[in-house]
Amino acid sequence: MSFTSARRTTDGLPDLTYQPTSSRNVSSRLLTMVAAIFAGIAVLPLILVLGYVLIKGGATISLRLLTELPPPPGLEGGGIANAMIGTLVVTLIAALIAIPVGVGGGIFLAEYSRSGWFAQFIRFGTNVLSGVPSIIAGVFVYGTIVTSRIIFGNSYSALAGGMALAILMLPTVIKTTDEGLKLVPDDLRRAALGIGASRFVMIARITLPTAFTPIATGVVLAIARAAGETAPLIFTALFSPYWSDLLSGDGLFAPIASLSVLIYNFATMPYEFHNELAWSASFVLVSMILVLNLVSRWLGQFASR
Amino acid sequence: MTLSTTSTEETGASNNTALSVQNATISYGGNEAVKNVFCEIPRGKVTAFIGPSGCGKSTVLRALNRMNDLIEGCTLKGRVLFDGVDLYGPNVDPVEVRRRIGMVFQQPNPFPKSIYENIAFGARINGYTGDMDELVERSLRQAAVWDECKDKLNESGYSLSGGQQQRLCIARTIAIQPEVILMDEPCSALDPISTLKIEETMHELKKSFTIVIVTHNMQQAVRVSDMTAFFNAESVEGGSGKVGYLVEFNETEKIFNAPQQQVTQDYVSGRFG
Amino acid sequence: MAPDQDHLYRLRNRPVAEKLVDVGFKNITVALASVVAVVLFAILIVVFRGSLESMGRYGLEFLVTSNWNPVDDEYGAGAAIYGTLLTSLLSLMIAVPLGVGTAIFITENIIPPGIRNLLGLMVELLAAIPSVVLGLWAIFVMEPFIRPGLELLHTAFHWLPIFSTPPMGPGTIPAVLILVVMILPIITAISRDSLNQVPGKLRQAAYGVGTTRWGALIHVILPAAVSGIVGGVMLALGRAMGETMAVTMIIGNSNNFSLSLLAPGNTIAAMLANQFGEADGSQVSSLMYAAFVLIVLTLGVNVMAQWLVKRLSLKY
Repeated sequence: MSFTSARRTTDGLPDLTYQPTSSRNVSSRLLTMVAAIFAGIAVLPLILVLGYVLIKGGATISLRLLTELPPPPGLEGGGIANAMIGTLVVTLIAALIAIPVGVGGGIFLAEYSRSGWFAQFIRFGTNVLSGVPSIIAGVFVYGTIVTSRIIFGNSYSALAGGMALAILMLPTVIKTTDEGLKLVPDDLRRAALGIGASRFVMIARITLPTAFTPIATGVVLAIARAAGETAPLIFTALFSPYWSDLLSGDGLFAPIASLSVLIYNFATMPYEFHNELAWSASFVLVSMILVLNLVSRWLGQFASR
Repeated sequence: MTLSTTSTEETGASNNTALSVQNATISYGGNEAVKNVFCEIPRGKVTAFIGPSGCGKSTVLRALNRMNDLIEGCTLKGRVLFDGVDLYGPNVDPVEVRRRIGMVFQQPNPFPKSIYENIAFGARINGYTGDMDELVERSLRQAAVWDECKDKLNESGYSLSGGQQQRLCIARTIAIQPEVILMDEPCSALDPISTLKIEETMHELKKSFTIVIVTHNMQQAVRVSDMTAFFNAESVEGGSGKVGYLVEFNETEKIFNAPQQQVTQDYVSGRFG
Repeated sequence: MAPDQDHLYRLRNRPVAEKLVDVGFKNITVALASVVAVVLFAILIVVFRGSLESMGRYGLEFLVTSNWNPVDDEYGAGAAIYGTLLTSLLSLMIAVPLGVGTAIFITENIIPPGIRNLLGLMVELLAAIPSVVLGLWAIFVMEPFIRPGLELLHTAFHWLPIFSTPPMGPGTIPAVLILVVMILPIITAISRDSLNQVPGKLRQAAYGVGTTRWGALIHVILPAAVSGIVGGVMLALGRAMGETMAVTMIIGNSNNFSLSLLAPGNTIAAMLANQFGEADGSQVSSLMYAAFVLIVLTLGVNVMAQWLVKRLSLKY
């Protein structure tokens, strides 16, 4: 017997009791503690940020805040209503562009060409595009759409902002569609084709409806992310202290306010009231985004049932 | 060009032949899976494909309604004639092929829809203009699953047991009224009682349809089929894997009682495979 | 039976319209998929063409000189490039141990599953908080809170170049800390997924030969998950380099090169956010040049991340 280290009790039986002082048990407990501390530190910012936004921003919420325009610099009173509408409008424009393009592209990747060179190339491109910094999307739209005044002679506009956000949403929507469709068992595809369905009917009636929940979950998350983006908007949609004229549609071609740009602009102003408004806007924006996240989670659980 | 307008005189396809496989060689990528298959599948009969794993019997079956098109890199040399028309002809639309030659798969695969919709879906995309309720009932009856389904037509297809699901899939195929029904080991995922029920269904179905079934189970081939094709696989020189080929095709009774090839004799008597 | 029913199946022979829809739909999806490639190339071309003027004027010197002076129309992005690399690498150094540690803590069977899921959920929600809100928080809460600590650092270590200037509010250290908060969720989430994907068999094998939890983790599970974790870290690096808003709001936007971490600094993204709206003439071109550098940096990191994940995952 070469394992001389095997401990025995006085009765000569093997000793299997836990040895709290043995070096491996000490180091194991130590590492567990370190991991616990790290996890604590990782969660701390969330609690702090959420706490401040909810308490500091939540305290300022009033009907006036939600219905009025922001005051000019230096003055007080007013709200962030135009920015709330602006965020909805710009995000909606982005979704209207990115969802059809992204879902269509995802369908191509998952249903028509899983391993062709073009599909591999598009998948690679999608990954690369998702790594492009958000500010670059802004620079790109500025360089193509804003400076060229290609949209009916307008430079900064809600549409330009929506396009910049759409570039950021696109990779996420493509990936979720691609992956969602790949989760649909091939059995179902064979079943549809086996009774004489064309590819189009198979996709439209069988695979897309089956993959609806994972795709919707991903799309909602992409919308939530886009709603909070600032960098692509600061020199595409710019900002506006006024209501945007949405009824006639002209508002889409003019600069538009958004919550995120409002936070950026007002946080760096030397006026306390405007700083307060930035907190209020944060409260509204974070609430919107958290609700969207919860919706996507609910969708996901709905699917697993 | 559509199938029905094409004349049927092309080769010596007699009226009693539904499908005629002529010197078919099927490859995945560059590798031949099964080669030089000749086989005349008679109309209104049940034909069984048997043989050890990897002999290419499922590959040949899928070639009969161009399901192999879905596998990237799969190619077929030779001809497959359906009523005398080459299924792999340049103007043939695989979707139309599958509307005439339906398929039932190894795993029951109902759509995530109601039982009623599972049946109606296929009929509708085939432009069915008759009474849908009547068609659903008739198809489910023919597949011998009506009694289990009649009270829950609006429930999901997944609420049925595995065997019932497979019969639902058969009903779904019947509902598009194909001329031929291909079955790829339809009972391999089922328990013996469900298997028996499906075999009974097949006896009913052969009155109306030509059936080709791939099976691992030799007793099943004896019980249900009129004709049997025995496939085997052998290593080829210079090739990496095995290549399947058709050993013998004859009446089921002859294959099992008086085979002409020694390998067939060995296989049906259980000496290998 | 089949023939006499045939007339009921109107579409047995597919009408031309149906075939056209089928082919048309496929072509539409191909076109939509191509949008990705078109946008990507368009971004590269637009930014590259925009920067040509500045490239011709400064060449590669642009990358190392740090005088950014719109008044004299002289530009060099050295300070911003240095700041980009510095802030992202420093934040990575802090966030990687924290993120991987957290991932271990929420995948290992140390605490009840309820709390584990809650922790995981909280880290995911942290990723959902917009960068601009984190910037706001950094300006008004975090920076005032850590200022006394930074002052202490300065008094004790002012002879070290990196702590040589007194903290004045915005600066590199607050920017690094807020970057840590931003990339922590990515590292944690991807590490967690990689750890979860390690087959249970491996863990059982390790326990089966008598290792402790950490023995199994260090010798078996982490090596098996390393490809995913490294990929996540690289993605986080790319994100940190391109992160704009929170950094812009707290880094101080100074183009003067300083070794001190307590002094205001700059990153490429922050510089773009700050100046692009009001820039004209050759300043735009120089900003485009800087943007091009940023694209090359993030692209390189992302491509390397994909390559590493593929390469490392072969081993296991």
